[in-house]
Amino acid sequence: MSARRLIGLGLILAFLIAGVLSFYASAHPDGLQMVAKTLGFADDANSSDGSLLAGYQVPGVADQRLSGGLAGILGAAIVLATMTLLIRVLRRKQTR
Amino acid sequence: MHVPDGFLNLPTSVATGVAAATVIGFALKGAGRELDDRSAPMGGLVATFVFAGQMMNFPIGAGTSGHLIGGALAATLVGPWMGILCVSVVVIVQALFMADGGITALGTNVLLMAVLTVLVAAGVNKLLLSLLPKRVGLVAPVSGVAAFLSVLCAAAAFTALFIVGGNTPIAPALLFKAMMGWHVLIGLGEAVITALIVGGVLALRPDLVWAARPLLGSRPLEVRTGPVR
Repeated sequence: MSARRLIGLGLILAFLIAGVLSFYASAHPDGLQMVAKTLGFADDANSSDGSLLAGYQVPGVADQRLSGGLAGILGAAIVLATMTLLIRVLRRKQTR
Repeated sequence: MHVPDGFLNLPTSVATGVAAATVIGFALKGAGRELDDRSAPMGGLVATFVFAGQMMNFPIGAGTSGHLIGGALAATLVGPWMGILCVSVVVIVQALFMADGGITALGTNVLLMAVLTVLVAAGVNKLLLSLLPKRVGLVAPVSGVAAFLSVLCAAAAFTALFIVGGNTPIAPALLFKAMMGWHVLIGLGEAVITALIVGGVLALRPDLVWAARPLLGSRPLEVRTGPVR
């Protein structure tokens, strides 16, 4: 398999997980949140919900599945774009 | 494992922030040396996959879940410096855009999830692969062991940070026991996911697995007669 093909398939899988399968992820608190709850320091948390896609939801999209899926795809796209740009800059520096 | 704002006091958060920024500086330099034609295209995939994997919480019982951190996966697939950059980008995007992990806690989260897990996993990979027989197939199970230990180390490090700079005093032994209890289970999940994905890439293109490259050696050039396929 060519590297290009493998990376393409991997990216499709990643976007599928972030955009579709993530809806079926467990909504239970994670290990740290559970510890904070049982030991009584969960209330220390100040949520910073001013972020654009806070809580993995797109504001204004009522349907939770759609909103969560869109937020996942947008987030994955931001990560991919940032990383691609960063690698390009690092590679350019290498050749100098 | 995402630490929200408010768990740790300001001095601790500033200290972890400075430490995280320093390591990222080193990682940018190191990745410049580490990057080549094979690992460069993998970086984008690894970061994107880790972001997606972190969304996929799996139940670990008693109303609790865990998710992939991805440090061991990144360290195994693209090497430690690139791995630190991949998971750092994920953690920074989560904090800035998804409110997943606090802003003052960003240094703490980068340090725990992107730096510590990657370095622990890279170290375990290197140690075990140098001790075990030189077989490419062993890289997948070894990355699973590295993944398990990386999660335990991150949980232990959070405990240490909280004992030093937590805003609520909690008995250290109690916190340690609670953190370890859940993260042993989360670590097992991390180990299975990491070993499966590394195994998959190994089966298709072992040369794209950074940790496997020293084991591949240089295959002698084969002269084949007959039609080119």
